[in-house]
Amino acid sequence: MAPVKTERDLRLDLFRGLALWLIFLDHIPSNAVSWITIRNYGFSDATEIFVFISGYTAAFVYGRAMQEHGIMVAGARVLKRAWQIYVAHVFLFAIYLAEISYVAHSFDNPLYTEEMGVLDFLKNPDVTILQALILKFKPVNMDVLPLYIVLLAGFAPVLWLLLRAPSLALIVSALLYSLMWVFDWNFPAYPSGGWMFNPMAWQLLFVFGAWCALGGARNLTRWINSPVLVGLAVVYLVFACLIALTWYFPRFGVYVPEFVGNVIYPIDKTNLDVLRILHFLSLAVITVYFVPRDWPTLRSKALWPAIVCGQHSLEIFCLGVFLSFAAHFVFTEVSNRVVVQFAVSLLGILVMVAAAAVLSWYKRVERQGPRPPATKPGYAGGDA
Amino acid sequence: MIRRILLVLALLLPPVAVATAQTVGDMPAECRVAQHLIENGVPLQRVAKAIAAKRLSILVIGAGSSLLPGPNGAQNAYPARLRSALAEQFPGVEITVATDVKARRSALEMVKALPEDLAATKPDLVIWQTGTVDAMQGIDQDEFSRALDKGIAKARSAGADIILMNSQYSPRTDSMIALGTYGETLRWVAVQREVPLFDRFSVMKLWGDLGTFDLYSATKKLDIAGRVHDCIGRLLAVLIAAAVKSEAPPEQAPK
Repeated sequence: MAPVKTERDLRLDLFRGLALWLIFLDHIPSNAVSWITIRNYGFSDATEIFVFISGYTAAFVYGRAMQEHGIMVAGARVLKRAWQIYVAHVFLFAIYLAEISYVAHSFDNPLYTEEMGVLDFLKNPDVTILQALILKFKPVNMDVLPLYIVLLAGFAPVLWLLLRAPSLALIVSALLYSLMWVFDWNFPAYPSGGWMFNPMAWQLLFVFGAWCALGGARNLTRWINSPVLVGLAVVYLVFACLIALTWYFPRFGVYVPEFVGNVIYPIDKTNLDVLRILHFLSLAVITVYFVPRDWPTLRSKALWPAIVCGQHSLEIFCLGVFLSFAAHFVFTEVSNRVVVQFAVSLLGILVMVAAAAVLSWYKRVERQGPRPPATKPGYAGGDA
Repeated sequence: MIRRILLVLALLLPPVAVATAQTVGDMPAECRVAQHLIENGVPLQRVAKAIAAKRLSILVIGAGSSLLPGPNGAQNAYPARLRSALAEQFPGVEITVATDVKARRSALEMVKALPEDLAATKPDLVIWQTGTVDAMQGIDQDEFSRALDKGIAKARSAGADIILMNSQYSPRTDSMIALGTYGETLRWVAVQREVPLFDRFSVMKLWGDLGTFDLYSATKKLDIAGRVHDCIGRLLAVLIAAAVKSEAPPEQAPK
């Protein structure tokens, strides 16, 4: 199966850009603005969008490289990308350490003696830093990049199989997902438990994204455009939204029949609950149905800020994590008034857009410059 | 914010068996601002009977956030404040509040301590504060959820009603403790097992957002901490009083 040889699908950049914004907003603790993010209205959140699109673009970029240069070259490029993400993760960890070391020295409150115990790990940095370097210790909100690293590290053989027997690759992926549920597999975390995003579960969405990029989406077109499927998707989204309502208003919990509750709870994020997958797929079906690939607005100025962010996802993701630390710092040290929360959220997104614009500009300059054009397919087709 | 929007939607639906929370005693305004967040549709039958029989015994089992430091810590912490709020609300009822609170205990560790506590205090109501330590230690969600189920089952088989209480809202450590999923698990277990959840997190978050209490301040002073615990005790009493009233008027115990 050949990778679809068309120009870049701007919808991917758009929705990845939007997902990056939502992840940034969700990552700012106690942010009033995060009420707009999709996780409050259903089962799935921006992480699903991010992982799916990352799988899609990885297959798009490295699939072509693998066909042109073989598995060794493409595999090496995938690993190089994984390494870059690892370096980015360690860099963010350093910033995180700086922030909490500061908090540890400046905070004392008898109300929070228990909570301050979380800073105890600063007392033995030898263990903590080592555990962080081997991706076992992951501070809050720093779980996505380690997942991405593992997914990319194992991607070359998956891609090889996807190019030869796409259906088989998808079946293997689903099998791993099922076995994970049966045997409770997960990567170990420090000090206890497993990874917040279980790679054995989330690989399914990543591989599914890759499968779609390599022609799967084309085969699904007929289904996706059927009004019955769109209708089902809408019904499911409404159902999820009503269930989400009962989380904020427990009194409506009585409207949820007991058997429904027994079936759906708990909705497992770590292991990518089937309900979450269905919710994401419903969103995807509706999006594809209402936003055609050649939608002129995709090229308009209004959507450009999100699209340009989506085109530099790794850099903007890292920047978003850093900005969410910074925003939290502003809330604690300056003010946490709701006005400030709105201003800081908006400012953060503007910084992300500005950074993405600079990156785009720099990439253009580098390509046009006197030096020979960079031969990095990883960048040429956009970041995977 | 989302609450406000959902509230508009919510008003479109007919309420069913909603226990409207009523003010207990003269509640300070700072506590009352969060009173609308005390929501519960589950009646507490055992407690209703105990109040009718003029003798209510409560066990609070929890970790560090159920404690206050200092010589008057025990008097100022919410379990003792709950007792006096209930005493005001139900004059003539003999109310005892026993506590088993120790810092840094996960849900599972508390479950292990529970049988002994239940045997010693024979409570009509167990208030179980948990989740923070599990979040700090990154305990597996399934394990956490199983521990909650076990604790609820143990309290019930000892004949007690149970109320779950979630973590404190702690803005400074917000970016360091992943309370989110543990809070959700608590909520789901509460819905599934039909246990009232005292949503301490949302209550304190509202106080933080409105500036009712300055939860950001770095201080060694106990005044704000004491007022927060006082309000939590009073609001717990509101939840209990409402859950007893929503119950059909309890039959007078035969004398």
